Amino acid sequence: MATTTLERSFWQALPKPRARTGFWSWVTTVDHKRIGILYFWTALAFFLIGGVEALLIRLQLARPEQDLVAPDLFNQLFTMHATTMIFLAIMPLTAAFFNYFIPLLVGARDVAFPKLNALSYWMFLAGGIFLNSSWVLGGPSDAGWFGYPNYSLSEFNPGLGVDFWIIGLLLAGIGTLVSGFNFIVTILNMRAPGMSLMRMPMFAWATLVTSFLIVFSFPVITVALLLLLFDRVFGTVFFDVFSGADLTLYHHLFWVFGHPEVYIIVLPAMGIVSEVLPVFSRKPLFGYSVMVFSTMLIGFVGFGVWSHHLFTVGMGPVVNTIFSLATMIIAVPTGIKMFNWIGTLFGGRLRFTAAMLYSLGFLALFLIGGLTGVMLSAAPSNTQIHHTYFVVGHFHYVMIGGALFSLMSALHYWGPKMFGRMLDERLGKVAFWTLFVGFNLTFFPMNILGVMGMPRRIYTYSAGMGWDGLNATSTLGALIMAVSILITLYNLVTSLRNGERAPADPWDGRTLEWAIPSPAPEYNFARLPNVSSRDELWVRKHPQLAEGAAVAASAESDGPAEPIAMPGGSYMPLLVSLGLFIAGYGLLYSMPVFVGGIVLSLLGLIGWGFEGDNMRIIQPGGEQ
Amino acid sequence: MCSVKSAMWRGLILGGLLLAFLPSQAAMAAPQYWLDPAGPVAEMQGRLFLLTLWIMIGIFVTVSGVLVYTLVRFRAKGAAAAGSAPGGAAARRESAAAGEQDLPPQIEGSHKLELVWTLIPFLLLIVIAIPTVRYSFALAADPEGDPIKVRVVGHQWWWEFQYPELGIVTGNEMRIPVGRPVELVIESDDVIHKFWVPKLAGKMDAIPGRVNRMWFQADEPGVYYGQCAEMCGTHHANMRLRVVALPPAEFEQWADNWGRGPVVTSEAERQAVERGRQVFETRACFGCHSIEGTAARGVAGPNLTDIGLRTTLAAGILENTPENLARWIDDPQSVKPGALMPRVGLTDSELNDVVAYLRSLR
Repeated sequence: MATTTLERSFWQALPKPRARTGFWSWVTTVDHKRIGILYFWTALAFFLIGGVEALLIRLQLARPEQDLVAPDLFNQLFTMHATTMIFLAIMPLTAAFFNYFIPLLVGARDVAFPKLNALSYWMFLAGGIFLNSSWVLGGPSDAGWFGYPNYSLSEFNPGLGVDFWIIGLLLAGIGTLVSGFNFIVTILNMRAPGMSLMRMPMFAWATLVTSFLIVFSFPVITVALLLLLFDRVFGTVFFDVFSGADLTLYHHLFWVFGHPEVYIIVLPAMGIVSEVLPVFSRKPLFGYSVMVFSTMLIGFVGFGVWSHHLFTVGMGPVVNTIFSLATMIIAVPTGIKMFNWIGTLFGGRLRFTAAMLYSLGFLALFLIGGLTGVMLSAAPSNTQIHHTYFVVGHFHYVMIGGALFSLMSALHYWGPKMFGRMLDERLGKVAFWTLFVGFNLTFFPMNILGVMGMPRRIYTYSAGMGWDGLNATSTLGALIMAVSILITLYNLVTSLRNGERAPADPWDGRTLEWAIPSPAPEYNFARLPNVSSRDELWVRKHPQLAEGAAVAASAESDGPAEPIAMPGGSYMPLLVSLGLFIAGYGLLYSMPVFVGGIVLSLLGLIGWGFEGDNMRIIQPGGEQ
Repeated sequence: MCSVKSAMWRGLILGGLLLAFLPSQAAMAAPQYWLDPAGPVAEMQGRLFLLTLWIMIGIFVTVSGVLVYTLVRFRAKGAAAAGSAPGGAAARRESAAAGEQDLPPQIEGSHKLELVWTLIPFLLLIVIAIPTVRYSFALAADPEGDPIKVRVVGHQWWWEFQYPELGIVTGNEMRIPVGRPVELVIESDDVIHKFWVPKLAGKMDAIPGRVNRMWFQADEPGVYYGQCAEMCGTHHANMRLRVVALPPAEFEQWADNWGRGPVVTSEAERQAVERGRQVFETRACFGCHSIEGTAARGVAGPNLTDIGLRTTLAAGILENTPENLARWIDDPQSVKPGALMPRVGLTDSELNDVVAYLRSLR
């Protein structure tokens, strides 16, 4: 009895963060909104790094036979550009909006596991810093974002670059995986009363399906990377040709992850657009239930098409045609979504705000990305366009035209809720048009370059190939895109300082996040909403729209106004990821450091388990 | 608003430019432009590509047309549009108030319409799927006629071509007879490469430990460019190749004469060639390169038996001239930093003799 008390008092004696403002409050926060904002700024920083890498690539290719960037550096640049943009920029930017808005959209006060959520962020930051630290520790990997062995094995890649790449991705991958579980549980278990699955906003659906894709696909890449790491660090022979390895095993493992990864990036983008278009059309989303099932279908079929990246590895005509046809099938639900978005606009009262322009830009550009994707699905002609600039053009129409444009839309649409300030509309529109023109100038010529036989990942080309003009155009476009990004940054920085204060509902919104003040208070909802409709706030604003039998939605039926218990901060998530971060370097440089890092991480986990929840009682209204 | 419209037009104009561009003179002059095929395989692949291209252009024009119409027709007018203007809170409030009186019909969907735009894409996909399946199997079948066999081996960063039936080995330049299918067996000696000669056929991987097969055929004599399409290290960009399609008689003549030794026209040249041969067989050269009929039997670098006939040096990056040959041998690292050929350190006279010798191998 005495010992238990002693134990309890020991654990309670663990330091618990008390800071509510300032540096330590951010470092120890478990608030989904603060974590979302951390994700946002960190991902933005990595986005700028990836953008500079892209500009260097474009400058080297602006003219034939340039010596601006040496061949090995060029290979490192495209490897790091892709890895950074996918894992450290686009996905975490998406995660920023998941974090800030999923609890608001489903009417919850936080995610299901707030501390795990903090761990996700710190693992992402650890992975990102680890990966990029290779620039000053002997140079990053030059093996491409796919890291195919045997080129990525020690025999052909003796430096530490590939190891940094593998461990960086493993660290960031832990964060992503944890996040996937967290959002599945949050969306399935934390919805407000009355918010049935089929009343969830589309962005919540997109997040749910995306989270399942993460949970099923990230273990596969984790295994592939570990096998590669074992080959490099411990001398195993998983990918050793002379020991009978078949290198295409890695191809398949990588793309079983790699193709769902495309949908991990694109489904949230589709979700964002499905939120923005109805608001600025003043109409509900057209064909909500079909949109939901299309999202699920894309996610499901997305796991069965990976080999369309491998039509030239020699799989034979049977396998090739199966994957061709499966890939074509994906065009059907994607097409339905496109038409339903246009159906949403049709008959509406369209307001062309910056957020709306970016979402419309998404429609136009993602259309091109999707259509070129269907062209790539036909195996016989794929062998010509495969690994050419046609593919580079295609997936940038998906990754930028699709994902980045929708994220920009989200920034202008949700930014006021996140930061409490309106972004400047005029600058937003200027930035949109600059990006739209620059983007098309950069990437449309690439489609043609592919048809003219320019392969990917070449650091130089001869003057006689007929590729000069299009490459110069493309580089010019990239510079214009850079200008647009600078305008957006300027807009962001000045608006957050001096912008107009954001009201609760600046856009005449439809969903729950607009029912609470901007920025959202720590507890989100003073009274948990009682949901009776898909567009809950919209129906509350327009009671005449409530459907016959449904109880008219109103604030009266919301939960009671009472003191709210919110989890306080914790040092442990930071400690766990710091330990793993140190262990990563230890694995490459010194075993004692590795062990020290692991021990630190384990101590963090033990503290996590016993420190208690550090709950804080908040009286809503009392704080504002 | 007009800016939205003009953007859509810009998109359409860009699409039009693509159409105008594909068959244009500039494209035809591009040596790796594969929609101007030189053989049946590339022709079939190009035909399927164009089929998909036209269907996609049709869809793009239709969908973007409907989108543009929607954006123009249903833009908010008057005060309701003010929410989009940078007028701040007052304008937004006014816009919301105006919207209250002007609420569009809250249509939630239409299963009939959704069925239509499920079925139409499905039918269009069937149009693409049928030739996809047919061509996939047709191209995987053995070629008709009397094929010539070539074993392709990828190396960092050059191509080796072996003709097992003819006992010939060449590097970076494959000679083939016009009108006869070429059966390719594709392998790699080190990392993964990707063999590609755009005007003759699509790509096939060269994967260590695996044997891949494909075929192509050139219908017209000519020089067809190709290059490695799989990232394989420092000089991936400079791992180029050429396929020289010759009329059958010329091809036979080349095959018969292959390895017959130096061709000289004067006594002085004969002496220089002889000296050059001795340099080649005594200095580092022979350790990596082979020349038929000599003591040079190295296999790390390209076989140089018919190097005097080749159009390029250093895997397609230099024209094969005496000056370039001397430059390349004298200091390979200055031409192709990171290339696996070391600087041998020949004297000027040795260099000249070796160049004369190699030039005579034709």
